[in-house]
Amino acid sequence: MKQQPAPGTRYLLPVKTITAIAIILSVIAVTTTAFKDRNGFTGNNAKNDDINSDSVKSVIAFMQVYKVLMSPRCMNCHPAGDQPLQGDDSHIHTMNVQRGKDGTGVYALKCTNCHQPTNVAGVNTPPGNPKWQLPPADMKMVFQGKTPHQLALQIMNYNQNGHKNKKQLLEHARDTLVKAGWHMGEGRMPPPLTYKNFLIAWDTWINKGGYSPNPSFK
Amino acid sequence: MIPLNVNRKAYQVDVSPDMPLLWAIRDVLGFTGTKYGCGVAQCGACVVHLNGEAVRSCITKVSRAAGQQVVTIEGLSENNNHPLQLAWREIDVPQCGYCHSGQLMSAAVLLRENPNPTDKDIDDAMAGNICRCGTYLRIRKAIHLAAGMQQMGQKNG
Repeated sequence: MKQQPAPGTRYLLPVKTITAIAIILSVIAVTTTAFKDRNGFTGNNAKNDDINSDSVKSVIAFMQVYKVLMSPRCMNCHPAGDQPLQGDDSHIHTMNVQRGKDGTGVYALKCTNCHQPTNVAGVNTPPGNPKWQLPPADMKMVFQGKTPHQLALQIMNYNQNGHKNKKQLLEHARDTLVKAGWHMGEGRMPPPLTYKNFLIAWDTWINKGGYSPNPSFK
Repeated sequence: MIPLNVNRKAYQVDVSPDMPLLWAIRDVLGFTGTKYGCGVAQCGACVVHLNGEAVRSCITKVSRAAGQQVVTIEGLSENNNHPLQLAWREIDVPQCGYCHSGQLMSAAVLLRENPNPTDKDIDDAMAGNICRCGTYLRIRKAIHLAAGMQQMGQKNG
């Protein structure tokens, strides 16, 4: 005959079930934290608003962001090598232009020797912006060749993104050099999203947790 | 009126702020040593120094140079005795000569920033200056010679 517990010590669920639930909850808590760490919430980006996190919405938004970042208008200045790329086919910049230590070129071939503060009229003339340059040699912030997973991790990593925290990352999408990607002068294809939709996707990706897509996403 | 300082002399030029600096230098101020090549910053014939940097004057607006220091080939040295000019003469670098004011202005920035350049440094600095006569090997040789002259000059005080 099953023994009844003494009054006052009665549980809603059997002790074994409660123990099992507690273990499962602990495992979920630990793996969620580990997942976030893997996704680059390091340094100043660790202060994330968990209430707003949504990995699904975040990843869907990043896949839109990724299309823009890998378009020639963004990727050409985030090359894998030490030479900028050029054109809609992202060929290596003519004139043997080099990144240089601070990303502004070398000797007589510094970026702003040709790239003016504004676009020059006509086809195949140098596009312009007052901040024209590549990332510096000590933090190259390469886009070229990166998978969505790799690029999302890199951008969210404070030590690989130009030391930007979450607020600065959100601001970065409003930077004049980023905006210039949509106004690169005659004969250059704009990125595949409008600037407005890019901003929505960028903000959503970061505000929903800055998650990186699964490594199998291409 | 736009204030321009060209070859260490102040001018006031009555031109549109959108005018290419090359036009103002050649047609308004008469410094015709700087040449027009392609007009789209692709060849380097029009290189002048703007605050010491080798900008392409064919697409640089006069407004960008307002109140800044511009140096053309005429102002590279007092008596055509910049080490590069001496080396160019010594090796007889030019053939037709059309691109060479731009070549010299670019090379001057290289030598200022790197007094002892390697062949690779020269390529990195000079690949944006095109020479239809193909004098590239003599240009490289002359830059090495000028680098030596510059170092000797510094040693001799």
